[in-house]
Amino acid sequence: MKFSLSWLKDHLETEATVAEIAAKLNAIGLEVEGIENPAEALAGFRVAKVLTAEKHPDADKLQVLSVDLGDGQPLQVVCGAPNARAGMVGVLGTPGAVVPSNGMEMRKAAIRGVESNGMMCSSRELDLGDDHDGIIELPEGAPIGAEFATFADLDDPVFDLSITPNRPDCMGVYGIARDLAAAGLGTLKPVADTVHAGSYPCPVEIRSDDRDGCPAFFGRTIKGVTNGQSPAWMQARLKSAGQRPISALVDITNFVMLTYGRPSHAYDIAKLSGPVVARRAKAGEGVTALNEKHYLLDDSMTVIADDNGVHDIAGIMGGEHSGCGDDTSDVLLEVAYFDPERIAHTGRTLNLTSDARSRFERGVDTDFLGTGLEILTGLILDICGGEASEAVHVGAAPAGGKVVRYELGLAESLGGVAVREDEQRRILTALGFEIAEIENHWAVTVPSWRPDVDGAPDIVEEVIRIHGLDDVPSVALPRGEGVAKPTATPMQSRERRARRAAAARGLHEAITWSFLPMAEAEAFADEPLWILANPISEDMKAMRPSLIPGLLMAAQRNMARGAASVRLFEVGRRYLRGKGGASDERLTLGVVLAGERTGRSWQSGKAQGFDAFDAKAEALALLEAAGAPVGNLMVMGEAGSQYHPGQSATLRLGPKNVLARFGTLHPSVAKQFDLEGAVVAVEIDLEAIPAKKGAATFTRASYTPPSLQPVSRDFAFLVPADLPAGDLVRVVKAADKKRIVDARLFDVFTGQGVPEGQKSLAIEVTMQPVEATFTDADLKSVSDAVTAAAAKQGATLRG
Amino acid sequence: MADTDSLLAEALAKIAEADTLDLLEQHRVAFLGKKGSISALMKTLGGMSPEERSEAGARFNVLRTEVADALAARKVALESAALEAKLASETLDLSLPAPEASTGSVHPVSQVMDELAEIFADMGFAVATGPEIEDDWHNFTALNMPESHPARAMHDTFYFPDSDEQGRSMLLRTHTSPVQIRSMLKEGAPLRIIAPGRVYRSDSDATHTPMFHQIEGLVIDKGIHLGHLKWTLETFLKAFFERDDIVLRLRPSYFPFTEPSVEVDVGYSMEKGRRVVGGSGDDEGHAWMEVLGSGMVNRKVIEFGGLDPDEWQGFAFGTGVDRLAMLKYGMDDLRAFFDGDLRWMKHYGFAALDVPTLSGGVGVSA
Repeated sequence: MKFSLSWLKDHLETEATVAEIAAKLNAIGLEVEGIENPAEALAGFRVAKVLTAEKHPDADKLQVLSVDLGDGQPLQVVCGAPNARAGMVGVLGTPGAVVPSNGMEMRKAAIRGVESNGMMCSSRELDLGDDHDGIIELPEGAPIGAEFATFADLDDPVFDLSITPNRPDCMGVYGIARDLAAAGLGTLKPVADTVHAGSYPCPVEIRSDDRDGCPAFFGRTIKGVTNGQSPAWMQARLKSAGQRPISALVDITNFVMLTYGRPSHAYDIAKLSGPVVARRAKAGEGVTALNEKHYLLDDSMTVIADDNGVHDIAGIMGGEHSGCGDDTSDVLLEVAYFDPERIAHTGRTLNLTSDARSRFERGVDTDFLGTGLEILTGLILDICGGEASEAVHVGAAPAGGKVVRYELGLAESLGGVAVREDEQRRILTALGFEIAEIENHWAVTVPSWRPDVDGAPDIVEEVIRIHGLDDVPSVALPRGEGVAKPTATPMQSRERRARRAAAARGLHEAITWSFLPMAEAEAFADEPLWILANPISEDMKAMRPSLIPGLLMAAQRNMARGAASVRLFEVGRRYLRGKGGASDERLTLGVVLAGERTGRSWQSGKAQGFDAFDAKAEALALLEAAGAPVGNLMVMGEAGSQYHPGQSATLRLGPKNVLARFGTLHPSVAKQFDLEGAVVAVEIDLEAIPAKKGAATFTRASYTPPSLQPVSRDFAFLVPADLPAGDLVRVVKAADKKRIVDARLFDVFTGQGVPEGQKSLAIEVTMQPVEATFTDADLKSVSDAVTAAAAKQGATLRG
Repeated sequence: MADTDSLLAEALAKIAEADTLDLLEQHRVAFLGKKGSISALMKTLGGMSPEERSEAGARFNVLRTEVADALAARKVALESAALEAKLASETLDLSLPAPEASTGSVHPVSQVMDELAEIFADMGFAVATGPEIEDDWHNFTALNMPESHPARAMHDTFYFPDSDEQGRSMLLRTHTSPVQIRSMLKEGAPLRIIAPGRVYRSDSDATHTPMFHQIEGLVIDKGIHLGHLKWTLETFLKAFFERDDIVLRLRPSYFPFTEPSVEVDVGYSMEKGRRVVGGSGDDEGHAWMEVLGSGMVNRKVIEFGGLDPDEWQGFAFGTGVDRLAMLKYGMDDLRAFFDGDLRWMKHYGFAALDVPTLSGGVGVSA
C-alpha cells in the first residue's frame, strides 16, 4: 500500500514529521517497507526559460541555447530537442544533478566543441512519463529558477506499507489515518457525508439473483458526464500509489478504493442492455476482463451480467467491453458487497489477482456501501459533471455490530502489560470500538470495518499495539527444579551420533534438495513416488525415495569443479508411501564415495579408487555408531538394481529387516548421473535399527578381564568358490561358543594347490581359557568342533 | 702366578683389540670355551693338593671373571656401535608428507540445530518433529487458516495431486507450525517444544530457496503471557549469539495462528560489510532486522490441538534456521547451503567434535 504524505494529511490533521509518522506506523503494526520522496531524485532540476536558440555551428540537429535561471546570468546549453525554441519554459538539469532515468550525473561538457552547462530534459529522462519527442514545456508563468520538483508538486514523500491480510481497513489511506490518530499522532478528519438525492429514478434495473455471493448491490446512474483527464491533484495521488492515471471515471473509482478501501465499478450504460444483475455464472460462460485476457467461468462464480452476457467478474475485475472510455456519457455505478470466501475461491480458480479482489476477500466495511456511493457520486459530479439519478440500494451487507466480551485484566494476563482503564477506553474508542460496561467486564462492539476482530484476544492486541509493545516487560518462564533434564528422544540421539560419527570418519555433510528430477527419482524408486502438482521446475518434481541420487548429483557437481575425491553424506528423510494416504518419511543416512580413495603418493604409488569394501566399512562403522547390533548383522544380497549386481549387498537383522544397502553403484546408473569411475554408496535406514530393549540403565553387565592368556590357532579350509566367506567364519565362530571368542579371516587364496572350483580360506581362531589353561584334549576338542562345523558348509581342512 | 697374569694380560689385550662381534666370539671360545685356555687351566685344579687348589682356584676364578667381564663389556660396546651405525643408515626425511586422512565436516544447519536444541533444553524445551508431506488440515485449517483464508494464498504452497483417507489434500508443509498441532494432540499440556525441520515454499530467487529450515517454538501452560515470550526470545538470542547486548523490538503483526501476533526485530550494526547482532537498532550506526514471527497462540488453534483455551494459553514463535546460521557464522548466500560444494563445506562446516554444550559454549569460534 503506497500513498503520499499529502494524501494522508487529507484525512489526518498532524504536525508530525515523516520520521515520526514512520516510527509510529511500525510501532502499531503497519510495517513501513520504504519511504521515498520523488523530489530527492529531482534535486538540481530547475525551471528555466530559453532566451535564445541558435543553430550549433558543427551539428545540424543541435541548437545552442541561452537559458535563464532567473539570476541574470544566462547559461549556454546545447540541446537536440526539436521543440527547443526561444521563449519557452522548460526544465534544466544543472551540473551535479543525476538523471533519474539513467543515473548519469550532469557535468559541464563540450558538445561538438561548444560548451554546455546542463541539459534541457524530457519527461522520460525524469521518469515522469513516456514522452521523449521533445523537452518538457512548462506554462508561461512557471517561476524561473525554482526547483522543478517543488513547482510540480512532487515534493511529497511516499510511504510504502506492508499491510497484513487481517487489515482490509488499512488498504485505504483513511484507515491508516484512523490508526495513527488513535496512536496519538493527530486528529482524524471526518468523512464527507453529502448525500446526493438524485433528480430522476435510476433508469437501469439493478438486482442480485445471488444473495449468497452478492448480498448487497447499491448503484445509480449519472448521465451527461464528460470523461476527460482527472485533475492533477488526483493524478498525483494515484501516481504516488503506483497507479497510472487512465481517465477521470476510472481514476475516481481507483481513488475511492485507495482512499477508503472501497472498490466500485463504473459501467458505460451505452454498452449495457436490460437489467444489470448479480448472478452465478453459467458453466461455459466467459468474459474478457480489463487485463485483455479471456476467462472461462463456472457456476461457483458470481458475476455482474446484463441481457447480453457477463460484464464483470464480480469483485475481482471488470469486463473490457462495458468499461468507460473517452466517449462515455452515461454511467452506471456499482457499489456492492461480495462474499469474501467466494471471491477468494473465484480468484484462486481463475488465478486472477486485483486490488478489488484483495480487498473483498479480506472483507470490506459492511457499513460503507451507501457512503461510498455518495462519495463516488460527488467526485464524478465535481470532475465529470452530469446529473445523478436516485440511488438504489438492493439488499444489505451482513450486519456488523459484533459484540465481544472483554475483561480488562486480559491486557496484562495475555498481553503481558498492565494498561490503565481510561487508556484502554481511549484507545478502543479512537479505533471505532464502542464500549458498554457490564458489571466486571466490557461488551465491546466491533466497528464494521474490522472483520478481523472477533474475540477478546483481538481486543488485547488492539489495546497493546496502540499502547506500545515496548512497554511489555520481559518475564522469565518458570523454571523446573534443578539441572535441566535431557530432552532428546532416542531417535534424535541416534541421528546426532550417526552424523558426528560420519564427520569423524572423514565424510562431509551435505544437505540436498528433498525433490529430484523424475528420471533420477525413478531410478531409485521401489514404489509410486510423491510427485508435486506444481513443481518450481522439472528438476524439482519428485520427492526423493533415496538420499543417493541427490548425493550423486552433488558428487557430479564437485567432480565437474575438479574435486579429486568426494566423500559426502547426508542425514535426512526419504519420502515413501505410508498408511491411510499419508507419507512414510524415513530418517536415513546416505553416503557417496567417488573419485580417489587415496591420491597418488610417494608411499603408495598410484591413486586408488573406492571399492565396495570401503562402502561396507562405512556401513558397519556408522551402523555401530547409530546403535545397531553389528555383530548380529547378516550380509545378504538384493541391494537393488541401482547397484553392481556382484558388488553390493544388504546388511540385515534377520532375513526381513534391511538396515543398510551398500556397494558399488551400477555402471549404468553412474553413467546416468554423469559420473566416471567406480562410485560406491551406502544407505542406512536409521529407523529400522531396533531400539535397545529393557529399561535404560547406566549400570553395565559386570566384567572382569580374564587372567589367562588367550590362545590362537590357524585353520585353512578348502571351500566351494561361491561359498560366502562370512558364512564359514560365522559357523567357525559358533563352533564352540564357550571357548572361541573370535574368528578372523586373514587369507583368501586360489591358484596353485587349490583345486579348480574351490578356494582356500584361512581363519585365525582365538580361544579364551577362563578357569584353567587349555589341555591338549581341550584344544583338540575345539579343533574338531571347528572342522565339523566347517564341513557342514562344504569345507575341508586343507592338508 | 706368572702364567695367570700373562694370560690375563693377553686376554684383555685381545678383547680390547677385537673390533667385530665375530672376533670377540672367537676370543671367548679361545679363553672360556670348553677347550679354551682358561677352561684348560681350571681343569688342572683337579690334580692339585688341597692347599694348592685353594690358592690356585681363587686366582683362576678371578682370572675367569675378569675375562668374562671384559668380554661382556666389549660386547656391549661393539653392539652399541653396530646399532648406531645401523640407525645412521635408517634416517628418514621427515619433511616428507605423512599419509593423508580425510577430515569430515558437519553442515552448519545441523550444527545450528544442535545448538538450538542445547539452548532450549536448558529452558525445558524438548525437540518435536512432524511429517514434511502434510495434509492441509494440519498445515492450514488447524492453524486457523480455513480454505478461503487469504494467508493461504500467501504461502506459495507446493501441492501433491494426492489426498489422504480423510480427503485432506496433501502438500509440502509451508512452515513447522503443524508440529504445534501434532504435539498438542499427542502430548497435551503443559508443553514446551521446539520443532526444527525442512519447510517448503514455491519461491526461488537470490534470497529464497524452495526448501529451507525453520524452527518452531511452542509453550502451552497456565498464565503464560507476552512478557514470557519476550523473555524467552531474548534469552535464546543472547545464548545463541553469546552476547548480552541483544536488544529486541516487538512490532504488532498478523499470523492467523496467534493473537496477538508480534514480529520481532533485533538491533544490529554493520561491521566489515556484515551484519553483527547486538545493540539497539535505534543506536547510532545500528538498524533493526526482522528475525522472528511470534505471538500468543490463537484460542482456535488451542482448540484444534484438543485443549481448552479457557484453561491453557501460551506462545509460539518461528524463525529461519538457515538465516540464524548465516547471521552467526557469516555465510552470505543461502543457495550454497544446498549445493553440496565440498569447498564450501570445508570452509563453513564444523568438526565432528564441535558438539555444542552449555559448559563448553554453544558456538564455535572462527
